[in-house]
Amino acid sequence: MNAIILSAIWGVVMMFAGVFIKNKSVPKYLAVTGLVCVLVFNILQEFNGLSLFNFPIQDMLRTDNFNLLFITLILGCTLVYFLLNATEIEKVGEHVGEYYALIFFILSGIAIVSTFNTLLMLFIGIEIISIPLYILTASDKRNLKSNEAALKYFLMGAFSTGIMLMGIAFLYGGTPNATFYIHLLQLGTGTLPVLVAVGLLLLLVSMSFKVSAAPFHFWTPDVYDGAPTVFTSFMSTMVKAAGFFAFLRLFTNAFGALQAQWQTLVLIITVATLVIGNITAVFQQSVKRMLSYSSIAQAGFMMLAIFAINTKAREGILLYSVAYSLATIGMFGVLTKMKDYTIDGFNGLAKTQPLMAFAATVCLLSLTGVPLTAGFQSKFFMLMAAVENGQHFWLVIVAVLLAAVSAYYYFKIIQAIYFKESETDSIVFEGTVTSPFKWMLLVIVALILMVGIYPEIIIGLLYA
Amino acid sequence: MDIKAYIALSLTLFTIGIVGVLVRRNAIIIFMCIELMLNAVNLLLVGFSKMHALSPAAKASPYFASDAQIFVFFIMVVAAAEVSVGLAIIVMMYRNVHTVDVNFLNRLKN
Repeated sequence: MNAIILSAIWGVVMMFAGVFIKNKSVPKYLAVTGLVCVLVFNILQEFNGLSLFNFPIQDMLRTDNFNLLFITLILGCTLVYFLLNATEIEKVGEHVGEYYALIFFILSGIAIVSTFNTLLMLFIGIEIISIPLYILTASDKRNLKSNEAALKYFLMGAFSTGIMLMGIAFLYGGTPNATFYIHLLQLGTGTLPVLVAVGLLLLLVSMSFKVSAAPFHFWTPDVYDGAPTVFTSFMSTMVKAAGFFAFLRLFTNAFGALQAQWQTLVLIITVATLVIGNITAVFQQSVKRMLSYSSIAQAGFMMLAIFAINTKAREGILLYSVAYSLATIGMFGVLTKMKDYTIDGFNGLAKTQPLMAFAATVCLLSLTGVPLTAGFQSKFFMLMAAVENGQHFWLVIVAVLLAAVSAYYYFKIIQAIYFKESETDSIVFEGTVTSPFKWMLLVIVALILMVGIYPEIIIGLLYA
Repeated sequence: MDIKAYIALSLTLFTIGIVGVLVRRNAIIIFMCIELMLNAVNLLLVGFSKMHALSPAAKASPYFASDAQIFVFFIMVVAAAEVSVGLAIIVMMYRNVHTVDVNFLNRLKN
C-alpha cells in the first residue's frame, strides 16, 4: 500500500513541479528524492510491517513478503534508471517534470499489479501502467517514428485490454461464486465449463499481448524502436518485469489448480517466443531494434516461470527481473550516447571510451547468460524451475540451444566494440559522457556481478 | 430472458469490434471498434450480474452479484481516460502527416 499511494502522490507533486519550476535540471533531484522515499517506506513495510495507509480495501490487494520484495527490486532498478538517465530524460522535450510524473504513475500501477487480489485490480493496474506509457512513447512529438510507435502501441494496447476484459467477464459468468476475487473463483479441477475455458484462454492471450510473448509480439519491435530511447529502456525492463509478475500471480493464484489444462498452451507460447525472438534478432542491423527482439527472446525465458509455477519459478522471476532490468538499462544507457545506432556504429568504442565499452560488454554478457553474471543465475533458476516441473523436458533443451543462438547477436556487438576500427573520429556524443554517468555504469556492472556471484542476496531476502 | 441471448448479443458486438479493428484502416474507426468491444464486455458483465443475482447458489454466497455492475463503471472510467490519451495521439499524428490512415504507418517503417 505504501508504494502505491506514495508514488501516486509523488506523481502529482512532480506534475506541479513541472508547472511551477521552469529550470529543467531541478525535476531530477525531486524525482530521485521521491523515489528514495517510496523505496524506504516500501522496505519498512516489508521488514517492519509499517503500513502508513490502512484503508478498508476489502482484501482487494494482498501484500506478502514475495510481492513486497518484488516492488522493492523494481523501485531499486528504477532508481538506478533515474540516476543513469537523468540527463537523457531532460533532452527528450520541454516537460521534464511530466515525464517523471508519468513514470511515478507507472510505478504506482506496477505496485498494484504485483499485489492484486481481484481481477478488478488487475485490470486497473494494467491500465495505470499502459496509459502513461502511451504518452511516454509519444513524448517526442515532432518525430514521426515516435508518433507511429505511440499510435500502434495505443491501438494494440487498447485492443488487448478489450480481450482481457472479455476474459474477465467470461470467468465471472463461469464461476459459481459471483466474485472477482482470484482465490475464491472455485474453478474446479475437472473438465472446465465452456465459459471458464474461454475466459482463461482470453486472459492468456491478453497477458501474452502485454508481455509481448509470441505470437502476440508483433507490436513490440516497432514500438520499442520508435519510442525515445530512454523510455524504451524503461518500458522494456521494469514494465515488462511487472507484466510477468502479474501474469505469474494470476496463473498461480487463480488458475494454479488447473495447470494441467493450460500448460500445453503456455508451452507453445514459450517455445514460439524463444524461437521467434532469438532467430529474428540475428538479422537486425540496428542495435535498438536488436535489443527489442532480444527483449522478446528474454520474455521467452521468463515464460518458463509461468510454465512451471513452482518455488524455483518464484525465486527465478525475482532474479530474472533484476538481472534483465539492470543489463538492459545499462545497454540502453550506453546506446543513448551513441551517434549511430547500427552495430557498425559501435566499431572501435573500446579505443575512445574504454569504460563504456567495458560496461556494455558486461551487460551483453549478462544478457547472454555467461557464468559469473546475473543473467546466468537467473537463466539457471528458470531452467531449474522447468526441470523440477517434470513435464516436457525437451523445452529445457530448446531454451538452452536458443540461448546459444542469442550469444551470436550479443557477441557481434562485443566484437564491433573491441576488434573493429571506426572510420569516423567521434562515435559518441562527447560532452554527454559525464563522470556521474560513468560511475553509474560501474555501479550497474558491480550489481550485475554481485548478483551473479552471490544470488542469495536477493533470494535470501525472500525468506528473511 | 435467457442468459444465452445476452451472451449471443455481446459476443456479436465483440466480434464486430474485433473484425473492425483488423479490417478498417482509419485510426478513428479502429478506435471506435475498440470502444465497441469494451461496451460489449459491459453488456455481458451486467447480464452475468443479473444471472448470478437470480441463481440460488450465489444468493447463499457472501459476495454481492452487484460487483460486476461496479466493474462496469470502472471500465467506463478507464475507457474515458484511454479516449483522452488516444485522441490526443491521433490528433498529434494528424498534425504531422495530415492523415489518420494507419496504412501510412507502415510506409514510415525504415
